[in-house]
Amino acid sequence: MSATAERTPRLSAGTRRRLVHGGLITVTFAYVGVLVVAPLIGIAVAALKPGLSAWRTVFDDPFARHAYVLTGYITAEALLVTTVMGVVVSLVLSRDRFPGKAVVSALVDLPLAVSPVVVGLAAVLLFGLGGWFEPWFAARDIQILFAVPSMVLVTIFISIPFVIREVAPLLQELGAEEEQAARTLGASQLQTFFRITLPNIRWGLLYGIALSTARAIGEVGAVLIVSGTIAGQTETSTLYILRAFDEGQDTSGYVVALTLAMVSIVMLFGIEFFRRRQDKGHSA
Amino acid sequence: MSEGIVVQGLWKRFGSFDAVKDVGFEAEDGKITALLGPSGSGKSTVLRMIAGLERPDAGRIWVGGEEQTGKSVQERRFGFVFQHYALFRHMTVSRNVAFGLSVRKESKAVQRSRVNELLELVGLAPFASRYPDQLSGGQRQRVALARALAPQPRLLLLDEPFGALDARVRQELRRWLDDLHRELGVTSLLVTHDQDEALELANEVVVMHQGRVEQIGTADEVYNRPVTAFVAGFVGATNIVNGHVSGGRLRLADGEPTDAGHLSEGEKAQAYVRSHDVRLTSAAENGAVSATVERITNMGWTSKIHLRLADGQVLLAQLPNEEVDWIRPGAQVFAGLRDPKVFSAASAEDAAKDSRPAEVSDAVVVPSREATPQAP
Repeated sequence: MSATAERTPRLSAGTRRRLVHGGLITVTFAYVGVLVVAPLIGIAVAALKPGLSAWRTVFDDPFARHAYVLTGYITAEALLVTTVMGVVVSLVLSRDRFPGKAVVSALVDLPLAVSPVVVGLAAVLLFGLGGWFEPWFAARDIQILFAVPSMVLVTIFISIPFVIREVAPLLQELGAEEEQAARTLGASQLQTFFRITLPNIRWGLLYGIALSTARAIGEVGAVLIVSGTIAGQTETSTLYILRAFDEGQDTSGYVVALTLAMVSIVMLFGIEFFRRRQDKGHSA
Repeated sequence: MSEGIVVQGLWKRFGSFDAVKDVGFEAEDGKITALLGPSGSGKSTVLRMIAGLERPDAGRIWVGGEEQTGKSVQERRFGFVFQHYALFRHMTVSRNVAFGLSVRKESKAVQRSRVNELLELVGLAPFASRYPDQLSGGQRQRVALARALAPQPRLLLLDEPFGALDARVRQELRRWLDDLHRELGVTSLLVTHDQDEALELANEVVVMHQGRVEQIGTADEVYNRPVTAFVAGFVGATNIVNGHVSGGRLRLADGEPTDAGHLSEGEKAQAYVRSHDVRLTSAAENGAVSATVERITNMGWTSKIHLRLADGQVLLAQLPNEEVDWIRPGAQVFAGLRDPKVFSAASAEDAAKDSRPAEVSDAVVVPSREATPQAP
């Protein structure tokens, strides 16, 4: 060791550790604050500054009301499918062994990796003129593209992973023994599912549903391509926001944006709140 | 046909691995029968097939004179106790115990009285409204047992029920289970890798090894008259020493400690002997082998004496302290083997692999080629 190094004043190990930790915590707060909280506050300010009249304008606008209803409808349909199928696929992935399981497991994540715009384009290719499925539906006079069915379809596609990603690892970790115990006690498979499996996965499932919902409500890219954006017909809330900005109605855009954001935030925080309360009651 | 359990020709294959090969046995009605074997011997798979949790690839199962092979788990309704309890974590103790009754749509009043009765029986009445994660391991396993017994199953299947508990609790629960069984008399099948547990609790013991049944017998038969090298090694014996047959005796290092007339002359053989059946003397006795004392470990009222034979093999003796107070490390002594079991080395080869209790693994194995003196 050189003499200069010895003379350099050095911080104690404990002080350095505290500095590093304090620094990292500060960075974490700054990161989340700037990237997540700041934009939310910005939208809230922009939506609330013009006063209640702006809100009245929006809620009196039949197109806006229709957009809310359509978003709600599409989200509900997509949720029904992604929840039921999500639980089924999770059970299969975590309880059964079969060839090709790894492939299925990887494919489940695909919607996260593919841009929603690509998903929309794929739907156009399948259901548009000359698409594989187009003749079959055309012959039965069923409109898929530029109508609600295709919007539901792409919304389902982009929200597939959330329930599965929450529930499958949970099932894996829980193991099958409680279910087997229930079976040996005389429970049918249905009784076992509803009385043992479902209560055990409920928080994970709810969280997955909340994430799915948030994703479905916020979807814009894929829906933009397949819907045709017909105001009052195939215009969801997010598409309404886009049009509002296009037409210089910035305030209406901010108001709708804030309501959508609030739905997701309330849902995620609500689940966290109830889960914590339940856990506390449990171990008291 | 027996009123207990009858299993015939049971096979189970997982992928390319035969976990259970042609297993058959009978278990007496109203008694505890143990399936004893090392991990991977297929004993749990047999139990799970009897419960209906696994489907056998071949073979048949009867319980109480009724064939069970094609029935579902739900239809069989045998009580099953898992090693890791498998309690329903989101239910209280009393709702856990009531589960088997409530899925059968028993009335609330019946459920309540049966739950109370069982919690009383397992001594957990004050814990009725606790959740499983608020109980100790031993308490959880007692809840699991109460839960399994609640629907009055005609068969109780226990899969390493004490395996996850620490030694003292295990002892305690073992004695408690014994009492409980005397009281209830429910036919039970106990899977365990712990020979003491099997010998203490079970009426009859089915020893399994590599998916097959090695021996079926009472605790006494399995312990004192093992029919295969594996059983001798797994049930109790702590020493395996290599020698060969010479003049109808087992020739071992510089002694001929025991008879080996059932093996052919010149054959390589192994003697299985328990550490407390090694007798140490200061003067040469008939057939005794000479040994050097390497190390003495005081275990309380007994001592473990690590011996090395003239040909380099290791022998472990465990004897009461007052019998060995004359022995010092480095001393030359003579070791006689009381009641050793002698098997041909060929038959014993695969048995030694997974039969050793971990504790004494240092007392075993010197490859037989080096150990066996060349014939003169």
